[in-house]
Amino acid sequence: MPLAQLAKNSALAALVALALAFPLAGFDTNQVGGGTVIGTRFSWVAIAVVGVFVGRFALGLLPRRRASRSRPPVVSLFLARHQRALGWIGLALAVTWPFMPFSSRYLVDLATTVLIYIMLGWGLNIVVGLAGLLNLGYVAFYAVGAYAFALSAQYFDLSFWEALPIAGTLAAAVGILLALPILRLRGDYLAIVTLGFGEIIRIILINWGSFTGGPNGVNDIPRPTFFGLPLTPTAPGGGKTFAQFFGIPFNPSQRIVFLYFVILVLALATNFLTLRLRRLPLGRAWEALREDEIASRALGINPTNVKLSAFAIGALLAGFAGAFFATRLGFVSPESFTFQESATVLAIVVLGGMGSQLGIVVAAIILVTLPEFGREFAQFRMLLFGAAMVGIMIWRPRGLFALRTPSIRLGDAQR
Amino acid sequence: MSGAALLAIDRLTMRFGGLLAIDRLSFAADAEKITAVIGPNGAGKTTVFNCLTGFYRPSAGTLALHHGGMELHLEHMEGWRIARDAGIARTFQNIRLFAGMTVLENLIIAQHNKLMRASFWSIAGLLGLARYRLAEAEAVERARGWLERVGLTAQANRIAGTLPYGDQRRLEIARAMCTEPTLLCLDEPAAGLNPHESHALNRLLLSIRERDRVAILLIEHDMNVVMGISDRIVVLDYGKKIADGTPYEVRNDPAVIKAYLGEPDS
Repeated sequence: MPLAQLAKNSALAALVALALAFPLAGFDTNQVGGGTVIGTRFSWVAIAVVGVFVGRFALGLLPRRRASRSRPPVVSLFLARHQRALGWIGLALAVTWPFMPFSSRYLVDLATTVLIYIMLGWGLNIVVGLAGLLNLGYVAFYAVGAYAFALSAQYFDLSFWEALPIAGTLAAAVGILLALPILRLRGDYLAIVTLGFGEIIRIILINWGSFTGGPNGVNDIPRPTFFGLPLTPTAPGGGKTFAQFFGIPFNPSQRIVFLYFVILVLALATNFLTLRLRRLPLGRAWEALREDEIASRALGINPTNVKLSAFAIGALLAGFAGAFFATRLGFVSPESFTFQESATVLAIVVLGGMGSQLGIVVAAIILVTLPEFGREFAQFRMLLFGAAMVGIMIWRPRGLFALRTPSIRLGDAQR
Repeated sequence: MSGAALLAIDRLTMRFGGLLAIDRLSFAADAEKITAVIGPNGAGKTTVFNCLTGFYRPSAGTLALHHGGMELHLEHMEGWRIARDAGIARTFQNIRLFAGMTVLENLIIAQHNKLMRASFWSIAGLLGLARYRLAEAEAVERARGWLERVGLTAQANRIAGTLPYGDQRRLEIARAMCTEPTLLCLDEPAAGLNPHESHALNRLLLSIRERDRVAILLIEHDMNVVMGISDRIVVLDYGKKIADGTPYEVRNDPAVIKAYLGEPDS
């Protein structure tokens, strides 16, 4: 690129930075005495503008990358070849995580959050990654699962393990109910309707106060028990607690570790289900539908049933995750189920590389822990997060793990 | 209409707004025979296919398929049901493979309905029962047989979208045949093939007729293919049938010559 052209482009980028930084970074509010005073900090704006100009200019001076998008890069090939080994290493790490010497209550708690997102990512992966149906309202099924458990505990006194299948089934039923009218829609239209659906569920939860508790949510949701043994200091009704039964001193972190293993098992079950389904006619039909719906129909595949099954199974898994979310916090409110959640889960699926199970794990770890690492940066946290997302999309535009593993190969079918 | 015809099209009409794409078209295709539909560009050939395979709903007329002692009326059936219950498989003018999946996967997906029943709607498959594993092994064998017949065995694990054009054409035919159809509809299978490849296509289509006893309905511009293998040719022009007969009859029909070459001067 000629220098004059480059300078022009850089100036343009700097102008955009100016327009953004002036209102966002140019002013701040200070507590002076009893009132709030608006101050200016134009030096910040100058830093942003100059930084963007210099950065854009330097980027233009770098040699151009070869445009070989069609050939998968070395990293993808390496990852694809060792997917199995990486999966086992990850599993071993996950199982031993709470017992590591450096492990703390905070780290186990963080890992639990990561696992919830991994499970949601794997669930949404069936809908978006395999069946190719863009769903922006996935959090709705998560909410249905959470409230199904919270309300059945409140009204019918059900325990977590009793309510878990109910939560899943109810979420799946809602998934089918949503999918029925919108099966003809594709692409952007489908995305908009599912986005609206996600909001509808949240607004129902807020406004149906007499049943759902409205914006206050539902309190005192029971914690899961270890085969009937509660993980509390004392057992209600004279029974034995987990600690008493095993003759060990009570420790509040026991419950944290137990919750961690519950979600680990749920997530692994999700993974197992997805990996199995991918190799079955149903899973192949999902992928066929994503590749070419017209060709699928010409081969006698009923697109309605195939799409419904993808929506239902995706919703089922979100329902399970939702029930776990409710029992973990002991409290649910509509605030937990905003569009932000749907967007995060979708970002995990896309970032991981559509359809890749391992990619979703890595993406979930990055997206959940990055904001945590950024805590010291206080108000620059989200900026850092955004920059990381942009970086990933530039260097790995098809996701972290972009290579698809065939569901069957000639030669290994007769194992 | 003879009673023995596999497919009987009667006064088929297709209107798009003011445009009459097909005008009271009637013809029949016999079992175990190759019937070609030819005509100049825009004559309505692909529209006939789209009506036949349920992608369009005809404005009027009937499409009757005699299959397993039953008469199925295709004009009332959904596309995927036509493929599943009437046993009509098709290929597309602009190839429609599952481009991101492997060659073998394309052929396995074609056997979806059979495998779906064998997996007991995924339950037997999820449990890993032998019943499903046997059915899958059988499906792979069928796929392997077709890969050999179209000469793609070595490419079985390749991504279908990366195959050369001619291979993709043959793979699409193999995929259609893996559904075990009674009628195979091919939309310009020889388009873009070199003479050597189109010769191989002739042999493949004849073997489908002889060995698999599957009837073929063929849209084609390549006259070497059409005249070489067709048992019967139907000629369309502006949505109307202008000739119907053996290759010899059609070749010498003045109406056909007029449609293709225009009127002689004088």
